[in-house]
Amino acid sequence: MAARKPRKAATKRELAAAKDAIQEHTFSVLVDNEAGVLARVVGLFSGRGYNIESLTVSEVDQDAHRSKITIVTNGTPMIIEQIRAQLERLVPVHRVADLTVEGPSVSRELALVKVKGKGERRVESLRIADIFRAHVVDSTNSSFVFEIVGDTGKLDAFIELMEPLGLVDVSRTGVVAIARGSQDM
Amino acid sequence: MSTRRMIGGEIILKALADQDVDVVFGYPGGVTLPLYEKIGQQNRIEHILVAHEQGGVHAAEGYARSTGKVGVVLATSGPGATNTVTGLVDALMDSIPVVCLTGQVTSHLIGNDAFQEADTTGITRPATKHNYLIKSTGDLARVIHEAFHVATTGRPGPVLVDIPKDVILGEGAYVGPDEIEIKQTYKPQVRGDRKAIEEAVEMLAAAKKPIIYAGGGVINSGPRASRLLTELVDMTGYPCTLTLMGLGAYPASRAQFLGMPGMHGSLEANMAMYHCDVMVNIGARFDDRVTGNTAEFSPKSRKVHVDIDPSSINKNIAVDVPIIGDCASVLRDMLKVWKENKLKTDKAALKKWWARIDRWRAKDSYGFDQGPDVIKPQFALSRLNELTRGMDIHVTTDVGQHQMWAAQHLHFEEPNRWMTSGGLGTMGYGVPAAMGVQKGNPDSKVVCVTSEGSLLMNIQEMATIANYRLPVKILNLNNKVLGMIRQWQELFHGNLESECDLSGSPDFVKLAEAFGFEALTASHPDEVDDAIIAMLESEGPCFLNMGVDRFESVYPMIPAGAAHYDIVLGPDDQRAEVDDDDLAMASLA
Repeated sequence: MAARKPRKAATKRELAAAKDAIQEHTFSVLVDNEAGVLARVVGLFSGRGYNIESLTVSEVDQDAHRSKITIVTNGTPMIIEQIRAQLERLVPVHRVADLTVEGPSVSRELALVKVKGKGERRVESLRIADIFRAHVVDSTNSSFVFEIVGDTGKLDAFIELMEPLGLVDVSRTGVVAIARGSQDM
Repeated sequence: MSTRRMIGGEIILKALADQDVDVVFGYPGGVTLPLYEKIGQQNRIEHILVAHEQGGVHAAEGYARSTGKVGVVLATSGPGATNTVTGLVDALMDSIPVVCLTGQVTSHLIGNDAFQEADTTGITRPATKHNYLIKSTGDLARVIHEAFHVATTGRPGPVLVDIPKDVILGEGAYVGPDEIEIKQTYKPQVRGDRKAIEEAVEMLAAAKKPIIYAGGGVINSGPRASRLLTELVDMTGYPCTLTLMGLGAYPASRAQFLGMPGMHGSLEANMAMYHCDVMVNIGARFDDRVTGNTAEFSPKSRKVHVDIDPSSINKNIAVDVPIIGDCASVLRDMLKVWKENKLKTDKAALKKWWARIDRWRAKDSYGFDQGPDVIKPQFALSRLNELTRGMDIHVTTDVGQHQMWAAQHLHFEEPNRWMTSGGLGTMGYGVPAAMGVQKGNPDSKVVCVTSEGSLLMNIQEMATIANYRLPVKILNLNNKVLGMIRQWQELFHGNLESECDLSGSPDFVKLAEAFGFEALTASHPDEVDDAIIAMLESEGPCFLNMGVDRFESVYPMIPAGAAHYDIVLGPDDQRAEVDDDDLAMASLA
């Protein structure tokens, strides 16, 4: 892992460039996988009134006991800088990457979408699933469970199309994201 | 590496001793009994048996703030741990290094709603800089050493270590402080960025209307930081204001000191903050009690902010030159750059700026009128200041009007002499904090300035003070009312006194005597000096009950959320008409 560079805070001019516009940012946070670490991160957001639009967490390195948390949040540039600084301040946090500003990144989300219906509606749901490259992972005479992977917008669009065709239930993983290119975190 | 197997309780005491701990403030309980068995068998570490765990944490804070060492607290599980929470948040808000060890129920009972069980790490997670739950005796020494490291480095703060009973009873290897590896994730930045420092120094030298605004970070950085700040202020000839947390970082007696900024700060400090063209913030955090309305805070200045905590920067006020680093290190580099580049100040501009500041200062905004009959609290405190001049003195306060008057009228020439609850504003801080200060400074005169509301919140620690014969002096400015509540109700909430009357308070003189204090009274202006002298000269713990004006309000005052030019100088003064420039500025804003 690359050594952490000394932190430099933004200047007033940099912050003023975007004024008070609310922006969506995706943070990737590498943490020690120890008891309470997720509670620290979540508590930080709720305690300071930051939004969480999506949050995912899983161990990514079993030997080093490291987990990665992906958080999609929003706020003004000053709030986004605060979120980053506050996350970096937590003792079990190794590195915080703001994937929205640190070069290109890819993000994906997975959803399981249950649709109930018969006849033409059932066939239509299957046709749309095909267009979206969703897979059927469970089927009964009157229902499907589709598995769909993509960015958040694609999932939203698919779910919206399933609504009139008998949408019953949805489970989504939340966003995972990673920087493009050959660099590690 | 020498590893010695020891019992958990012994490991705790050995780790504390290796961390150079001389005293802990604690209260025993069921799960910590095995540790107390070990405490009873040694005399390396002194244990002060407090009356309440909150008092224990404030005592540890007072000890830490006056000595520069870590304050250590020992509490049992459940109620013992929950009682520490207010103290921990207080230490978090004011960045005070405290290590709090709590007992926890035996590991296999955790989660069972066992007797005196509480989710201590869950409860204290947002109340501490970091906390730990220890799972095995083998981790004990390492975690305690790490806790001391985290508490004292970077921006200091409270760290809690929760220790189950079976971990205290179990056996494990001991490791010393030098044998542990500190987590790679925790590396506070101490040195400031050189380019940013150069930019800041050039900006400072070119200023026509500069102000240096310093805070608790300078105190936390150690006495060297205060010396360097003093050197910078004296070398430049610039005005300096110190926050409530920073009082003592620059000698109050010097002409370049403008007093405190903010809600109850001096006119000259607030107007200089408003009108300056360059503001250098060193170890302060643009707290809302200092900035007032952030949209109108110092609108024309370029700002430098030095802070060891990156999250303090651009939190409330966006700055032009942020510098992340330790105050002493950055101040040293600033002075070095200034001298290397042979920078000069703009003497002519500075002369004009000082002339303007002196006009504000001439208003004597901390002034008061001591009439013939009733003691004004400001008078009592200015007499205390006068009568303790040159003494080895430490002062703690509680929270409210008396705290603000103490900040205005007591003058500190050195850091670590003034202990007050700034961030959290904890009523009940003063008495236990004074106990901790006295423990760390046995030969000093330690005076707690308080008032009845705050006093009653942790009055039980007077028992501890008397029990240990600590010669703490308590000055109770007794106005028979929750004064700050009364003041706000009068000014902002319909001029109706609602639930702030304390005329039914106990007889504090009898109460103090019952606790084992010598008790004195004063109720007339003529008695003030003699009473204060008698209090200071008493051998043991002494309580001075001073009846003061119930209706006095703290001025100057910037109403909450207002701008600095909205400062009100006194009850008859709706706006401080200070000079034509200010009025022009105010009408533009």
